[in-house]
Amino acid sequence: MENKSTRSLYMVPYIIWIAFFVIAPILLVLYYSFQDLNGDFSLTNYQNFFTPIYLEMTLSSFWYAFLITLVTLLFAYPTAYLLTKLKHKQLWLLLIIVPSWINLLLKAYAFLGIFGTYGMANKLLEAVGIGSRQLLFTDFSFVFVAVYIFIPFMILPIFNSLDKLNPTYLDAANDLGASRWTTFRRIVFPLTIDGVKAGCQITFIPALSLFMLTRLIAGSQVITLGTAIEQQFLVTQDWGMGSTIAVFLIIFMFIVMFATGTKRRRARG
Amino acid sequence: MFALLYLPIFYLIFYSFNSGGTMYGFESFTLDWYRELFQNTRLLIIVLNTVVIALLSALISTIIGVLGAMMINKVRSHRAKDSLLSLNNILIVSPDVIIGASFLILFTIAGLKLGFYSVLLSHIAFSIPIVVLMVLPKISEMSPSLLDAARDLGASRWEVMTKVVIPYITPGIFAGFFMALTYSLDDFAVTFFVTGNGFTTLSVEIYSLARRGISLDINALSTIIFLITMVIVVIYYLITNRTKKAPDVEVYK
Repeated sequence: MENKSTRSLYMVPYIIWIAFFVIAPILLVLYYSFQDLNGDFSLTNYQNFFTPIYLEMTLSSFWYAFLITLVTLLFAYPTAYLLTKLKHKQLWLLLIIVPSWINLLLKAYAFLGIFGTYGMANKLLEAVGIGSRQLLFTDFSFVFVAVYIFIPFMILPIFNSLDKLNPTYLDAANDLGASRWTTFRRIVFPLTIDGVKAGCQITFIPALSLFMLTRLIAGSQVITLGTAIEQQFLVTQDWGMGSTIAVFLIIFMFIVMFATGTKRRRARG
Repeated sequence: MFALLYLPIFYLIFYSFNSGGTMYGFESFTLDWYRELFQNTRLLIIVLNTVVIALLSALISTIIGVLGAMMINKVRSHRAKDSLLSLNNILIVSPDVIIGASFLILFTIAGLKLGFYSVLLSHIAFSIPIVVLMVLPKISEMSPSLLDAARDLGASRWEVMTKVVIPYITPGIFAGFFMALTYSLDDFAVTFFVTGNGFTTLSVEIYSLARRGISLDINALSTIIFLITMVIVVIYYLITNRTKKAPDVEVYK
């Protein structure tokens, strides 16, 4: 008796947390997504979502998230690979991670200076002879800064899976006469695909929902789903529409997680 | 790659000493911005708010998270455990915007005034799952015979908890606490949604300042934040290294 009651007692805070901060918020978002501006039940928000404006926005949001993920991956993979070859690799890894602990806002703010009209990037361009350009408030700067911010989170899982790779596989491939490219394509990459998937998942979902970067760096050039949600909730005050976009974002999130996570879960179970 | 990662940070620090008011063209060395920063009481109060929120939310979420990890560990059925873990992880994988928006609805419906408490509650809420993930591996690797031995020796439940379990999982608890702390210090999006008119944290303040353009106060501030972050990282590193083999931290947001 005593055993049971004390056990359930210490469970209380955690269960309250799950009920109020995990389940309730999702249900509330779902509930609000069916409300129009007058607070009546309706499907107008969903109808609105399937108009060209929102579909186009969703598409461009996906496009940017895809682009950011791809570029991040292209830079992260070789870096992670080189890292595993270094002598003090754990220390180097820590050095890669440290910038990710610096407040995101400050890093974004730094790029305001770097990409500004008279900033360092433009000085560099002038020195090379290309001449200065408008860099801030373009989609280029948006992708660049986003990649900068996400790259540690991509390197980490890839590094972990590369580090676990058994080197005898490489020797075997080598002995069997595989070229370096073949070895990479047929052995290294497939064996580290889980790290790549984890990295893509960590990059893609936040990239879909970035809103402060778009505001600060991209100006009005880029609108992501995140920006739209923020706009609906805090500027337009149309919580219904905001919730509807949020519902779709959650659905997309589950699709992405499903696409990038199935193998790992199966392997574990 | 390393140079590129650190470049923006050092760029900020470098120009915090610029006597010209911009981040272009270094004029001469000055500490004016730091002086101005320390005279800016409004900003100092915001810094204080941020630190108080971070410490309180880390502390409370660590306590709830440890209890949660113990509870998950107690669950025998595989399916129940899996679903509990999925529920636990929802807030970690959810985009900040959605967490912020849904908490905003929640607090409004609950009639909670937006401000200190709404920010504190949301920070506690999104830190709990990370604490659970840090503590859980430590708890589950603890051998049950350890507990049996303690009980055979006549320890009460409370003694088993405080003398055996807690010391054993301390590295996990510390890791969770520090992660919660950095999550809270770093958070912008969620706070942005649930903060009222009178209350801001540093991230939100920097955002509104940055939207107005460049001000070297922010540079001075970021230099200080960078140094503090470094100190926290070093402490964290020392703790996890000394206790060796603390759960592998997958730092992501």
